[in-house]
Amino acid sequence: MSSLTADEHILLKHGAGGRAMRRLIQDAFLHAFETDPPLRPGIVGVAAMDDGGAVRIGDRWLVLTTDSHVIQPPFFPGGDIGRLSICGTVNDLAMMGATEVLGLTCGIVLEEGFARADLERILASMRTACDEASAHVIAGDTKVMGRGEVDGVVINTSGVGLTAHLVRDCGLHAGDRIIVTGTVGDHGMAVMARRHGLELDADLVSDVAPINGLVAAALDAAPGEITAMKDPTRGGVAGALHEMASKSGVGVLVDEAMLPVRDSVRGVSELVGIDPLHVANEGKALIGVSEAAAARVLAALRVHPLGRDAAIIGMCTDDRPGMVILDTGIGRRLVAEPEGELLPRIC
Amino acid sequence: MPLEFRDPARAKSLAAALARVTDEIGREVSVMHVCGSHEQAIAKFGLRAAFPEKLNVIMGPGCPVCITDLPEIDEAIALAKQGVRIATYGDMVRVPGTAGSLADAQANGGRIDTVYSVAQAVELATRTTDEVVFFATGFETTAVATAAVILAGVPPNFSVLSAHKYIPPVMEIVSEMPDTRVEGFLAAGHAATITGWKIFEAFTARHRQPVVVAGFEPLDILAALVRLVELVRDREATVVNMFPRCVTPGGNQNAQEKLWRVFRPIGGRWRGIAHVPNGNLRLRDEWAPVDARKRFAIDVASLWHHAPSTLVRQCICGNIMAGIASPSDCALFGGACVPDAPVGACMVSSEGTCRIWHEYGGIPNLRGVSCPV
Amino acid sequence: MCLGVPGQVVELDELSAVVDFWGVKRRVRLDLVDEPVAVGDYVLNHVGFAIRRIPPEDVALTLEMYEQLLRERSDDLMAADVRGEIDAS
Repeated sequence: MSSLTADEHILLKHGAGGRAMRRLIQDAFLHAFETDPPLRPGIVGVAAMDDGGAVRIGDRWLVLTTDSHVIQPPFFPGGDIGRLSICGTVNDLAMMGATEVLGLTCGIVLEEGFARADLERILASMRTACDEASAHVIAGDTKVMGRGEVDGVVINTSGVGLTAHLVRDCGLHAGDRIIVTGTVGDHGMAVMARRHGLELDADLVSDVAPINGLVAAALDAAPGEITAMKDPTRGGVAGALHEMASKSGVGVLVDEAMLPVRDSVRGVSELVGIDPLHVANEGKALIGVSEAAAARVLAALRVHPLGRDAAIIGMCTDDRPGMVILDTGIGRRLVAEPEGELLPRIC
Repeated sequence: MPLEFRDPARAKSLAAALARVTDEIGREVSVMHVCGSHEQAIAKFGLRAAFPEKLNVIMGPGCPVCITDLPEIDEAIALAKQGVRIATYGDMVRVPGTAGSLADAQANGGRIDTVYSVAQAVELATRTTDEVVFFATGFETTAVATAAVILAGVPPNFSVLSAHKYIPPVMEIVSEMPDTRVEGFLAAGHAATITGWKIFEAFTARHRQPVVVAGFEPLDILAALVRLVELVRDREATVVNMFPRCVTPGGNQNAQEKLWRVFRPIGGRWRGIAHVPNGNLRLRDEWAPVDARKRFAIDVASLWHHAPSTLVRQCICGNIMAGIASPSDCALFGGACVPDAPVGACMVSSEGTCRIWHEYGGIPNLRGVSCPV
Repeated sequence: MCLGVPGQVVELDELSAVVDFWGVKRRVRLDLVDEPVAVGDYVLNHVGFAIRRIPPEDVALTLEMYEQLLRERSDDLMAADVRGEIDAS
């Protein structure tokens, strides 16, 4: 699609995880990194735009992923940039089926003047998250830039895992059920309320957590029956479902009454007019599972501490491939592909 | 409390009643609402899947973002370029002016703050020595809040660039459009909370069309539509108040008094609708110190290096908002005008008709769909 | 934007009230409301200002109005079924 003028400069929307970012990746990054002829078989590369890349080694897949974290503010209710940087990468590996982390790296860029105490707090938080995920940071890098040359702290983490079964985000079939592993919209709402000084008295807490153990429980409960996974970070459940639906070539129907939403998140969303479906999550997964195995997977999730609120929220159909339809109980609407995350620097 | 107004069982029976009364008329019926919040509620609950096929509920020029005209946005951008901090409500930031939006101005170094309340903008001004201008958009329901803060006293570095609008005059304009098929109006419940419902009686007498004042919960909208379609069926040109818990005949006198003490209505352009007599609200002369237009010499000319581009001239948002054209009639729709790069404001706002069409592929017909999970 | 959302007053001072919206509390200004507001009242909030006190009895009246609207207009079996559903809920 054309635009009024070609974007000559990078704008905030290019980092929002939505349409503009996707086009930037397709036009600039894929142009640079994908080869012609395509990569040899046995490699899932950037063009797939999945949660990670993967390389077949023997009868298993090596999964690789990387994330940079620029969240503002660095400390927020329920977590901080350190915890987020570990969980983001651990969860991306898990989304591809690699729930045992072989190793993590951590590259930190600090602004001159950054408080040493804050750095230690962030590192301690990263250590806690690693312990929860049974993961270890085994390599790293540290840089310092002058005052004003970078904003506070930027953290990049990358991770490596192995899996016998690679799970993609494009494998949904008609009839599959969609499960969300817990409440929706927690992270984005918590950060938004803190950042915008909404002066709300509400119990909003980020859900940032490593979910590799949770996902392993689901995979073990129904080997081979989990057809797709994606974690709904930037762009929320709406964005992730859209991607899964279009890549898989199926339509997705969602029952709004089944969506688990905390009262405080629902309250803020009513008040401010932001849909929890469009808001980032950092400790949740969307799991596509065959109809026959759905109840089994749900049960396995619910006994896990991080999966107590798991719910089957929808199903896949042959109709309207690529579209996501929400049944509101009173009517029905199409869930739009989000422009991207409504807030900059959400993760 | 509000959950009772979202009860699916009652909604289903109201929808059935609406289908019956529409059938009694036996042909296509078009009614119009003039409120962005009504469109948001209709979209949020997917109500069009519950409306009968023969009933067209058209979104009229009720989206305050959509009808804010180019020169007004240019004024805000020019001020930003002149070093003033601009505070405004969310959706306004992406609306295109003659040469870019406030978001573009921000990317070029302008300081733009999004606020959820005008009181927040005032509070911002107390925390800085910078000049802060509140770019005030929205209809009368929102204008009363701007009036209230001005009357309560504001810091010396705070002023208002008023782009507020007044809705009742535009209903007249739509009714007088030659191609209009609109047979009745849903009036915005929140605006009517301020103005009362009696102000619509002159309109119904003059134009022989019914007006039903409606709230914003699904049951409110469905019940109001049942009444409205009945009035159309019976050719009764009266005003019916279906939002009695919030709307009275005379409205909120306290708020009205404050509104007209601070603002006066003047004729002006609404984007795409040309001139609306008494449709714009400007600060009265005695408020000159807090009127950004009098406080600053706003240099818009520097933005207008060239005449408005051809693309902007091809924009038919005005006709779309008046309900006499659809987005698919527009040469720019989906090509040169998309949410990422909006030409007309109808594509910018989440309430805008073109944006809804673009996102949902038209007004989607989801009547047969159900989720059996 | 906080547009036209009803909430319940939980705390009050001269100029403002703390209002509970769906479990979330926010302070709203009372400059514009046209009658005295008490703790327990519902108010309609618009961009941080209460613009109307909603008498609790009016909520019930509105629901009754919708019931009546349905009763007066239904004379077929299907509607009667649905009415039965409502009465049972």
